[in-house]
Amino acid sequence: MLRSRIIPCLDVANGRVVKGVQFVNLTDEGDPVELAARYTAEGADEICFLDITASHENRGTLLDIVRRTAEHVFVPLTVGGGVRTVEDMRAVLRAGADKVTVNTAAIDRPDLINECSAAFGAQCVVVAVDARRSNGSWEVYTHGGRNPTGIDAIEWIRGVTGRGAGEILLTSMDRDGTKDGYDLPLLEAARAATSVPIVASGGAGDPSDLAAALQPGRADAALAASIFHRSEYPIPVVKESLAEAGIPMRIVEVA
Amino acid sequence: MTRLAVIDHGAGNLVSIQRALEVVGGDPRIAGTPDDLAGADAIVLPGVGATGAAMARLEQQDLIEPLQRWDGPLLGICVGMQLLFDSSDEDGGACLGLVPGSVQAITGRPLPHMGWNDVWTSDDPLFEDVPSGSLFTFVHSFAAVPDDPAIVTATSDHGGRFVAAVRDRTYLGLQFHPERSGASGLRVLDNFVSGVRRAA
Repeated sequence: MLRSRIIPCLDVANGRVVKGVQFVNLTDEGDPVELAARYTAEGADEICFLDITASHENRGTLLDIVRRTAEHVFVPLTVGGGVRTVEDMRAVLRAGADKVTVNTAAIDRPDLINECSAAFGAQCVVVAVDARRSNGSWEVYTHGGRNPTGIDAIEWIRGVTGRGAGEILLTSMDRDGTKDGYDLPLLEAARAATSVPIVASGGAGDPSDLAAALQPGRADAALAASIFHRSEYPIPVVKESLAEAGIPMRIVEVA
Repeated sequence: MTRLAVIDHGAGNLVSIQRALEVVGGDPRIAGTPDDLAGADAIVLPGVGATGAAMARLEQQDLIEPLQRWDGPLLGICVGMQLLFDSSDEDGGACLGLVPGSVQAITGRPLPHMGWNDVWTSDDPLFEDVPSGSLFTFVHSFAAVPDDPAIVTATSDHGGRFVAAVRDRTYLGLQFHPERSGASGLRVLDNFVSGVRRAA
């Protein structure tokens, strides 16, 4: 049986892992390569790096982090931030990423998804959707959650699936950093709109939040950051708790 | 050192497979031209992307014929495994034709089948010290259907059983990614490299 995945997310700015609430008030959480190695040893099913500055000046720094991580960490690696072209995606894949997320650039020019999917396969292309509640539905935001687009998030998810997205990384901007739990109705609406895997993001406060997100009809993977960074809930504790709650987990014996 | 030619067909992540092969004591060299295959003890054909695009890139690099002539150990991973067969439903096109059979869509949801799943292994040497039911990472929407079921060395399940590994003469295929499957994956690659070393 396919296991539900637990994915620690490392938000990277200027070569360091940072964390903020709703994308502001950033604090330093450590070295990306060290954290990725630690989480993998603890049983992370995948590692996600998001370059939240995503500036051209930081491009080399990010690729170097990806390369050094891929050399030491033998689980899938997803990388996002600032990918605007097929060539940008190629550079990230060749640095050692298995999957690449696109967000703002895909809103600006949706054909980017078709092009990347044709070049590298749908399995490489993760469309990151930052969604905020608005009058009973959800609206897509870009630029790290700063700019509203007027696009309905569920319609967008349906559309990108048709264009060749292989996975949806779905972040609730309302819940991000709040520890109030994932936006479950958002996950359910997304599940009904797409057949590709959904990664739930935004709002994890304790293991029961992940268990709720990973119920049938919601998400296939749960992404979280701060609960892991500060070892509030180490990954083995989270996975044990989820397995007890009946979620199919990959349990790794920690040396 | 066991010389391994890792085929670069221009798309994805080669860092992981190259590094994983080093960790298990192999000497992987990236190969993008027919000349790069000279002196190799074995070929590793990684896979990223769609089979049609991968075949087109191998064609551009003049690698189709050298691969079809190769009769030494060849390990195909993911799409690299699918390329070993006659044809794929993914793009409707021909593949390398080294192993009789076709590649067909799997039916489980969600699709792509992405993440860690049980692999039920036979006692093939590639799975020495890998207990049946170990978990490996998959990322795919298609799987091989060999003409000869006797070449199947492992299966997995996503909306129905599918073929997770084959061994036909010197040709080995893995639908999962050993280079992204933690300690179990490294064990499989170690078994592969050890087998090549013994045969060389």
